[in-house]
Amino acid sequence: MTKPIVVEELTKRFGDFAAVSDVTFTAPEGAVTALLGPSGSGKSTVLRMIAGLEEPTAGRIWMGEEELTAVSVQERRVGFVFQHYALFRHMTVAENVAFGLDVRKESKKDTRARVDELLELVQLAHYRERYPDQLSGGQRQRVALARALAPRPQVLLLDEPFGALDARVRQDLRRWLDELHRELGVTSLLVTHDQEEALELANRIVVMHEGRIEQVGTPDEIYDAPATSFVAGFVGSANVLHGWVTDGHVHLGAMRVPGAGHLEEGSAATAYVRPHDIRLADPNATDSVRAQVERVTSLGWLTRLTLRLPDEQVLVAHIPQDELNGAKVGDIVAVDLRRPKAFSREDSGRAAESAPTV
Amino acid sequence: MSAIGTAPAAPAARTDLRRRRLVRGGLIAVVVLYVGALLLLPLLSIAWTALEPGWHVVAETFRDPDVQHAFLLTGIIAVVTVVVTAVMGVVVAWVLVRQRFVGRALMNAVVDLPFALSPVTVGLAAIILFGLNGWFADFFSSRGIQILFALPSMILVTVFISIPFVIREVQPVLEELGTAEEDAARTLGASVWKSFFRVTLPNIRWALLYGVALSAARAIGEIGAVLIVSGAIQGQTETATVYIFRAVEERQTAQGYVVALTLAAISVVLLVAIEWFKRRITREDQE
Repeated sequence: MTKPIVVEELTKRFGDFAAVSDVTFTAPEGAVTALLGPSGSGKSTVLRMIAGLEEPTAGRIWMGEEELTAVSVQERRVGFVFQHYALFRHMTVAENVAFGLDVRKESKKDTRARVDELLELVQLAHYRERYPDQLSGGQRQRVALARALAPRPQVLLLDEPFGALDARVRQDLRRWLDELHRELGVTSLLVTHDQEEALELANRIVVMHEGRIEQVGTPDEIYDAPATSFVAGFVGSANVLHGWVTDGHVHLGAMRVPGAGHLEEGSAATAYVRPHDIRLADPNATDSVRAQVERVTSLGWLTRLTLRLPDEQVLVAHIPQDELNGAKVGDIVAVDLRRPKAFSREDSGRAAESAPTV
Repeated sequence: MSAIGTAPAAPAARTDLRRRRLVRGGLIAVVVLYVGALLLLPLLSIAWTALEPGWHVVAETFRDPDVQHAFLLTGIIAVVTVVVTAVMGVVVAWVLVRQRFVGRALMNAVVDLPFALSPVTVGLAAIILFGLNGWFADFFSSRGIQILFALPSMILVTVFISIPFVIREVQPVLEELGTAEEDAARTLGASVWKSFFRVTLPNIRWALLYGVALSAARAIGEIGAVLIVSGAIQGQTETATVYIFRAVEERQTAQGYVVALTLAAISVVLLVAIEWFKRRITREDQE
């Protein structure tokens, strides 16, 4: 019933602007795949091309054995969930859910049964006669999901489905969607700019940037082994340190971090270090880095230290309370930078702007 | 109410309050007078003059075959105009909102041309195109089709003059609606037509009816262009408005007033419809 989605060398140009360039990936059968990237990275355009709402300039789209590239939208049998719900405002909840069955000329009896079943599934059975404007944002998105699922789509495409909801509702709905997917097992492709959402919901993540794929992998691979400096900076938070490569290390003034063995000697490099990969070290250890504490902020279970390195670069560290050893503003502390990821500066130049600050 | 606990206002504050009340009262009086004198008084005067000679004049007027024919003609023109402007108005509005093409901005501006152009000019343009030695005169006359001084040209100029109403009412509603609901309908398996009739049309229906009512009112009241292209042939190409024009000229004022009153009554009915549609649009906007 459900099928994998295969996208081959997909390209979309608007005039001279390439919104999507040469994108190839597979969304495996029955899994949740996330298309993750900042706004303008082309991820929604990819999704709309898979649905048939946008025509690709080049490339091919497959659903299982069937090539979809030339198939019209209404024959693709995809379920699409829009960021702003896109419910039919002049129809009741039940009529919205029934729409996809009505236009496919299902019998009245089957339609009625399927609508009941889906409203039960999204826990909105009591709201069937309401109009969309009488529902909350979370309820509307559940109606939209029921409507998309009603005609038994081969795949489910979700375009920033939680983007218009407030934080609390978003959390609940995310957990609920996770459970729903376990139950239904329909191949799903989720477009999001929220890395947390992608890491939590997806079995597989496709990271996009400026219309191209940066990396495809499991959440762990993306987080622990970023393939490019963009991924290192975009997924999870990271400190960005600029230095030079000598002897397989990135040197920053008097200090150095390992992990640059693959880079050319003497070249400019950027090292990414996650805040929770920084630990306070034994002050007598030789290989540790000295830094001055500039700010101490308690996050409850962690303490955030803002540190200034000898070469003036700033570092943010998340240290467990019990490892703090009473560090306070003005102290000079020794820090260990664990698992740094080094990339040559040429690659990282374009990522620098979009890398979130910690 | 007892006066306990309410301290008398200071004299200065009291005069200030009185002045403000006076200004407000004055403004309301001006508006009432303005609306009354300019809008209601003419209507009342027509009703009074038409009905004053007694009901037998009204009955006689409606028995006059010229009058019956004039109303029939006005009715035909109004119905055709409403159908054409509704269909073409939606098509033009849809293209202007949803399609991007060279000359779109110019087209958008040209749509308002009938608002700015005098109907007499429109009538003259029709004479140039279809009249003796006109650009299209040979084409139609060789096929035995009479355009000028006949119904076709009268409908043509009336449609021309009425078309912006539907476009201008539907356009902003379509704009605001966006494409999301149509996209959703398409992914759910609806064809372009089904998505239009089941999703787009219900969303623009009040704006469409509003525009249609406006264009109907315009079609019924039109005289300038029609007078020129119709030739005003009594009992043949004479609409209700043209009939009134002739009746006044020939001093048959009693019949003219009755016809005028009938048109005014139709306008009032349309006005009520227009007001109701307008309220539905704003109500759906707030939802």
